[in-house]
Amino acid sequence: MVTNGQQDENPAHAAARVKMQAKKVAVFYGEAQALHDVDLDIREHTVTALIGPSGCGKSTFLRCLNRMNDVIDICRVEGRIMLDGEDINTPSLDTVHLRARVGMVFQKPNPFPKTIYDNVAYGPRIHGMTSGKSELDEVVETSLERAGLWKEVRDRLDEPGTGLSGGQQQRLCIARSIAVNPEVILMDEPCSALDPIATARIEELIDELRTNFTIVIVTHSMQQAARVSQRTGFFHLGELVEVGNTDQIFTNPDDQRTQDYITGRFG
Amino acid sequence: MHSLILAATVLLLALFGYALGRSRSRNLAVASGQPLHSLPTYYGGYVAIWCGLPAVLVMAVWLGAEGAIVRALTVQSLPAALVSDDPDRMALLLTDIRNLAAGSIVSRDVDPALQAAADHYQSLRQTGFASMVVVVLACAMAGLVWARRRVVPGLRARNHVERIILWVLVACSTIAILTTIGIVLSLIFETLRFFEKVPLHEFLFGLHWSPQTAIRSDQVGASGAFGAIPLFAGTLLITLIAMLVAGPIGLMSAIYMAEYAGSRLRSTAKPILEVLAGIPTVVYGFFAALTVAPFVRQSGGSIGLDVASESALAAGVVMGIMIIPFVSSLSDDVINAVPQSLRDASYGLGATQSETIRQVILPAALPGIVGAFMLAISRAIGETMIVVMAAGLAANLTANPLEAVTTVTVQIVTLLVGDQEFDSAKTLAAFALGLMLFVVTLGLNLLALSVVRKYRERYD
Repeated sequence: MVTNGQQDENPAHAAARVKMQAKKVAVFYGEAQALHDVDLDIREHTVTALIGPSGCGKSTFLRCLNRMNDVIDICRVEGRIMLDGEDINTPSLDTVHLRARVGMVFQKPNPFPKTIYDNVAYGPRIHGMTSGKSELDEVVETSLERAGLWKEVRDRLDEPGTGLSGGQQQRLCIARSIAVNPEVILMDEPCSALDPIATARIEELIDELRTNFTIVIVTHSMQQAARVSQRTGFFHLGELVEVGNTDQIFTNPDDQRTQDYITGRFG
Repeated sequence: MHSLILAATVLLLALFGYALGRSRSRNLAVASGQPLHSLPTYYGGYVAIWCGLPAVLVMAVWLGAEGAIVRALTVQSLPAALVSDDPDRMALLLTDIRNLAAGSIVSRDVDPALQAAADHYQSLRQTGFASMVVVVLACAMAGLVWARRRVVPGLRARNHVERIILWVLVACSTIAILTTIGIVLSLIFETLRFFEKVPLHEFLFGLHWSPQTAIRSDQVGASGAFGAIPLFAGTLLITLIAMLVAGPIGLMSAIYMAEYAGSRLRSTAKPILEVLAGIPTVVYGFFAALTVAPFVRQSGGSIGLDVASESALAAGVVMGIMIIPFVSSLSDDVINAVPQSLRDASYGLGATQSETIRQVILPAALPGIVGAFMLAISRAIGETMIVVMAAGLAANLTANPLEAVTTVTVQIVTLLVGDQEFDSAKTLAAFALGLMLFVVTLGLNLLALSVVRKYRERYD
C-alpha cells in the first residue's frame, strides 16, 4: 500500500509505507461520544505523536489501535482500522494475534510482580515464540539490550522488576513489549511518571527503536512531541484537528486551534 | 436491681451536669465577654464526666468488695458451735446463711443460731447497700458541684475531655486483652493439672484414646487412655477433606466473580454465596448427619464400598461447603485489589484472559489467597457443631475417609457434657485438648501472617 492522504514535502517521509490506517473511527462510552470520525495514517518506521489537551480522545484513539478498549464493557468503537491493509476487527485476526503485532507501553510503569527475566520472557512464553531455554535467554537479552537496560540489569535478572527505579521500570516495560517482536508499539504518555533524566533516556530510546518498529506516542508535552516524532496529530474535543509533519505542525499549522494550542493559549 | 436504679440515677445526674456545664459556660462567656477556650459541649462533657465517672468507679469498687466484707463480718459474729476450721464446710455454711436470708431452700435444719446469723447477714447487707447509695450519690453531687464551679471561659475543657476519652478507650482495650490473657491462663493451669495425672508424652504421642475413667476401682475400664493422636489425625483428616472441597470451589468461584462475571451477576451472586456463611452451623450439622451421610453410605454401598454411617467424608464435605465463602469472599477481594494496570500490561502483550489470571493475577494475589486459606483452615479445625452431629465419637486412627473418626472439638464436647466432677483426668483432658486447639490455630494464624508479609515484600 502506498501513502495517500496528506501531501508530504520530505521525500524520506513520503517514501514511508502506511502501516496502520484509521478510517472514520468513532468511539462511544455508553451514550457519550469520545471520538468523532478520526482519519489518520500511521507510517512505517516513523514516530507519530498524538498531542492535545486532557480528555481530547488521544489515549482513547491509541487504545483502539490494539483493541484495548475491548476490555471496557461500555466502550463501543465504530469505523475501520487497518493494519497492513487488513481490518483489525476481522474475525481471523483475534486480539491475541493483534496485540502480538501491536504492542503497548502504558503511562505508569507496570512491571509484573515477577523477576526482571520473567517480565521480559512473559510475552515470548505465552505466544510460544521460543523453543528451549537458550533461545529464550537470547530473546530476553536482545530485548533488554534494545531497551537500553541490559547493562544495568544483566547481573540481577533474578530480582523483582518492581525493585527497579521508575525510569528503569518503564524501559523494562518497553523491553517486555519488544520481546514479542511487534510491528507497531503504542506508547501512552510513557514519560509522564518519570523525572527529566529518565525521560531523556526514554526519548533517546524511542528514536533508536524507530529503525525496527513503527511507533505511536501519546504525549502531553509538546516539546517531547517535537523532539521525538516525525509526524504529529493534534486532537481537540474528540476530533483530529490536524495531522502533518512535526516541523510543519509546530512552525506553520494550518488550523487556528492548533496554532493556539502549541503557542500555549489553551490546554 | 437496686444497684441498677442507683446507676440510672447517677446517669441522670451526669446528664443534668452536662446541660448545666454547657449553659453555664455560655452564660459566663456572654457575661464576661471573654471567648470560651472550647465549645460549650466540652464544658458540658467536663461536668458530666466529673459527676458520673468517680461515682461509677466508687460503686464498682464497693460492689466488688462488699460481698467479702459482709461475709467476714458474718463469720465473726457466728457462735463458736457453728464455726469450723475446714474452709469447705465454712463455705457451705455461708451458702446456707445466704440462702436462708434470701428465702431459698436450705440444705440443713434451721436452728435459732443459724436464723440469727441469717438475720445478721441480711441487716449487714441492707446497711451496706444504704451506705453505698449515700456515698455514691454524695460522690456524684460533689463532682457535679466542684466541676460546675471550675467552669470558667479559660478552662481547657476540650483537652480534659479528650484525655479522659483516651483513657476510657485504653481501659476498654485493656479489658479485651486481659480477658484473652485470663482465658489462656486458665487453660494453661487446668492443663497443668491434667498433666499431673497423665504424662505429657502419653497425651501427645499415645495412639489410644478412651477417656472413660471409673469412679470406683472395681469398675470395668478403670484406667482411661489419653493418647490424643487419633483425635489430631481425625481433625486433620476432616480438615483436609473440607479444604479439598472449599479450596478449589472457593478459589475458582472467586476468580469467576472477580474476572469474568458481569457487574450485575456479581452483585447478585456474591451475596448469595455469602449466605452460606450465615447459615447456623447446627443446620449444616443435621444436613450432614441426615442427608449427606446416608447418601455417602448408599452411594458407597452401591459400588461395593463399606462406608460407616458417620463417615469422615460426609462431615468433611459439609464443612467444606460451609467454609467456601471464607475462601471465595476473601480471595475475591484480593483479586479485585490487583491493579488494573497489571491486567492491561498482560492483555497488551496479547495474553488471553486465563493466561493473565494464571500468570499475573494469581501470583500477585497469592499472599491474600494464602491468608484466606489459612483462615479457612483454622475455622475448619475449630468447627464443632458439624462434627459433633456428623463425625461420630469413635477415636479411630485411620486415613480412610469412609470410616468414622472423631475430632478434638467433638471430644471436648463429650468430655464436658452432662454431670462431671471437675478434678478427674477425664474433664481436665478437655482443657488440654482446648489448649492444643488454641496453640494450633494461633500458630496457623501467625504462619498466615508471616507468609502474607513475606510475599508482600516481594510483590509490592
